Amino acid sequence: MKMLLAIIVTAVGAVLTGMFLPWWSIAVVAAAVAVRIRQHPPKATLSGFLGIAIPWAIMAAGIDLANDSILSRRIAQTLPLDGSPVLLILVTACVGGLVGASAAWFGSTVVARNG
Amino acid sequence: MKRGLLIATSLITTVALVVALDTRLGVVPPLGRFLSPQHGFWQNAEAVKEQRSQVLQLTGLAKPVDVALDTNLVPHVFAANDADVYFAQGFLHAKYRLFQMDLQARLAAGRISEIVGPRALALDRQQRRIGMVYAAERSLQILERDSTIKAMFDAYTRGVNAYLESITQEDWPVEYKLLDITPESWTNLRSALTLKLMAKRLSSDNDQDIALTRALTTFPLRELDVLFPDVHDSLKPIVPQGTPFPPASVVPVAPATGGALPPSRPLSMAEIDPVDPNTGSNNWVVAGSRTQSGYPILCNDPHLELTLPSIWYQMQLATPTSSTYGVTLPGCPFVIIGFNDHVAWGVTNAQRDVKDYYSIRFKDASKQQYWYNGAWRATTRHIEQIMVRGQGATYDTVAYTAFGPVMYDASFGDTTVGREPLAVRWAGHDPSNEGRTFYMLNRARSHADYLQAISTFACPGQNFVFAAHTGDIAVWQQGRFPARWKGQGRVVMPGFDDSHAWQGFIPQRENPHAYNPARGYLHSANQRPADATYPYYASGGYITQRAAAIEDRLSVMHNVTPRDMMQMQNDVTNGTAVDVLPLLLRHVRRSRLRADAQRYLDIVSTWDRQASAASRGQTVFDRWMDSLQVALWADNMGQGPMALPWPSEQTTIEYLLRDTTMPYIDDVTTPERETLSDLVTTALQQAASSLRHDERGGRLAWGAWKNTSVYHLMKDAVPAFARTGLNIGGDRTMINAVGHSHGPSWRMVIHMQHPVEAYGIYPGGQSGNPGSPFYDNNVEAWARGRYNKLWLMKRSEISATPVRGIIRMEVVR
Repeated sequence: MKMLLAIIVTAVGAVLTGMFLPWWSIAVVAAAVAVRIRQHPPKATLSGFLGIAIPWAIMAAGIDLANDSILSRRIAQTLPLDGSPVLLILVTACVGGLVGASAAWFGSTVVARNG
Repeated sequence: MKRGLLIATSLITTVALVVALDTRLGVVPPLGRFLSPQHGFWQNAEAVKEQRSQVLQLTGLAKPVDVALDTNLVPHVFAANDADVYFAQGFLHAKYRLFQMDLQARLAAGRISEIVGPRALALDRQQRRIGMVYAAERSLQILERDSTIKAMFDAYTRGVNAYLESITQEDWPVEYKLLDITPESWTNLRSALTLKLMAKRLSSDNDQDIALTRALTTFPLRELDVLFPDVHDSLKPIVPQGTPFPPASVVPVAPATGGALPPSRPLSMAEIDPVDPNTGSNNWVVAGSRTQSGYPILCNDPHLELTLPSIWYQMQLATPTSSTYGVTLPGCPFVIIGFNDHVAWGVTNAQRDVKDYYSIRFKDASKQQYWYNGAWRATTRHIEQIMVRGQGATYDTVAYTAFGPVMYDASFGDTTVGREPLAVRWAGHDPSNEGRTFYMLNRARSHADYLQAISTFACPGQNFVFAAHTGDIAVWQQGRFPARWKGQGRVVMPGFDDSHAWQGFIPQRENPHAYNPARGYLHSANQRPADATYPYYASGGYITQRAAAIEDRLSVMHNVTPRDMMQMQNDVTNGTAVDVLPLLLRHVRRSRLRADAQRYLDIVSTWDRQASAASRGQTVFDRWMDSLQVALWADNMGQGPMALPWPSEQTTIEYLLRDTTMPYIDDVTTPERETLSDLVTTALQQAASSLRHDERGGRLAWGAWKNTSVYHLMKDAVPAFARTGLNIGGDRTMINAVGHSHGPSWRMVIHMQHPVEAYGIYPGGQSGNPGSPFYDNNVEAWARGRYNKLWLMKRSEISATPVRGIIRMEVVR
């Protein structure tokens, strides 16, 4: 339950700050949530990952759907990701999730009771 | 303690991760920023059904402007006055083509190394050394003294910058995000640079001076006249043959030494930017006497490198007193090629030689003094600072002489031995105000207006073709062309005094032109403007075949309709093959060919001379001609960058048609004396082995062999942004001059009835954004030879059905 709350708060917070602040504000949000919603570091880290990966995946997929994958196909060839929009959405989610996870891990260690 | 360590570790990991994902590594963009759905490339993915209407609040406008975007995303701009119309043009250019215009301005100024690092250094140095910024600044001075034109450029610049101020980082074009660079604000200088970039492209086509100078050490001048003739046998000039020319009013005097001299020692250098035989264009106009409607029809297809985004951007620019439709050049105000209700105009490149090289003697390596008119004279030294990505600044010193900048010297030149300092005298360095020409052409209503508009156009020399609703047709080769003594500027000239300098310019009224000829049509396709009776030495890098093909067609056409003209623009008859193939077939010895070559011979001998996409005969002919030219010239001229220049294909053909025993047929590397039969037969056998290879790869059909492709401006860096493998016919020597990545960058047919009936298309789309459905939506139709109907919209039609959206620009004070 606590984990679900952490994920939702992280996701909503990241999307809101992302409207005004640079992309790395996701790290600040994920860390802050981990500080305020205390969990064991492994759980907090997972929450951070999902809290960013999920909204990034949803946003990317929504944009891609509306765009008929015109751009994602071209970018997925350039990066290169075999021209696959799905793969590109997954990589997008993972990159965001990784930052969220790392920041949440940091947040959780700050408030962890022991080790 | 353990906890502290953990906090530190997790913090450092997080910070390091964020920094790494915010940094460009090699060619990988900063991945965190790039992939962020709210900041990165995803923001460039336009919704296919995007609602395109908006209301904008802008400063810099005097009155509100309405822009109707039609189904092809062509903006129809309705403004209350001239300045506002160009403000809107600047805004829209930036909105749809920001990266392109920014890149072109940086390219012109020699600043690509800033973006891609040291691999662009030679390119940047070349731009600096030919003095691109110097040229643009000089033209800008003249432009800014013309208060009307300055006001238009100022408004345009304000429009671009108003767009830049209206966006944030996530709105930047995707290329900025990939390259991790920042858009630059616009200036009038950047518009001037954009025009100079075009001028440089179009005045380098004929730049064989250095190569011909090398040839002088091997061939006597008399022989060069045969290999590089001034007037081709098959010439169909722009000015109809038989038109009398008044005597020249400016008569340049050749120096006492008798003309062009080779420099003091053999020149062992190659051009950095050798001739591109592909650049060229067609335009023609048919008078009412030959059209079905009785009104003239004007056609134009400028051939340039095909790129995405396209070099052109379609617009209609309307004020209460004028309304013009056509293609515009992102980075510059005005319509460049287009029409209004009264007139239409088009351009092709004049191909005149307006760039000469002078051999310079420096006193010493410091380049501070050079020998001129019997004394050491000081150069003006420009220290060029070139910023190189990942390396910091590098410097280059360019010495300016009485002739112009010393482009080549010990520090710059693709040479192995000896580096002769060469100064370049380029007409593009002379201040000029090309903007005025387009400003006035956009508003022209008559032949007199057209003449006045083009009269000040200086560089690059262009063939302006013209038609009016009143029935007038005209063509004028306009530019500021040096009045040369015969042979002047053909090879590198001594620059030790002013005896070989340009003495003056051909008076504008004496430029080749024609008006309402009895024959009822006019054309230009980069051929020599006039036959040998023209009283000036008009040297240039002319192309003859296409004009001959156009004249062949037009001279027998009657009751012409726009549809006929479209078919003609897509004509793929190989005129070269029509001329020379019978000769080849007469001389080839079938019995001496192996079986595979015999089969290719059968294919080419039954071929209909049409270079269609499916044609195999065209591929065989093309490869055969290619190996024939190698067989003819490689032994005499050499191969590679230091080779002597090879005569053009047209010269070669005309030579062979005149003389089947011409001396170059013999291969000087063998003891035997070869005949044309030997050469033609060996050439086909040689071609057969590469053809066999192509055939196995499924590339024997011409369309597949040619593989027409439209690349993105960043070429290899983003192959996924290109459109490759377009299966289409044609080639550079045909009217439909589609090569591999070169060809008709815009096709236009304008029927001057009322209202004007107009058609046009270019291989791209109105949006420069690879994430837009309008990025490449016209490529397929262009490839199939189709056209879009061009809509010269009336203000009252602004809410008509085919409008996709209306952008209303409101004034903020």
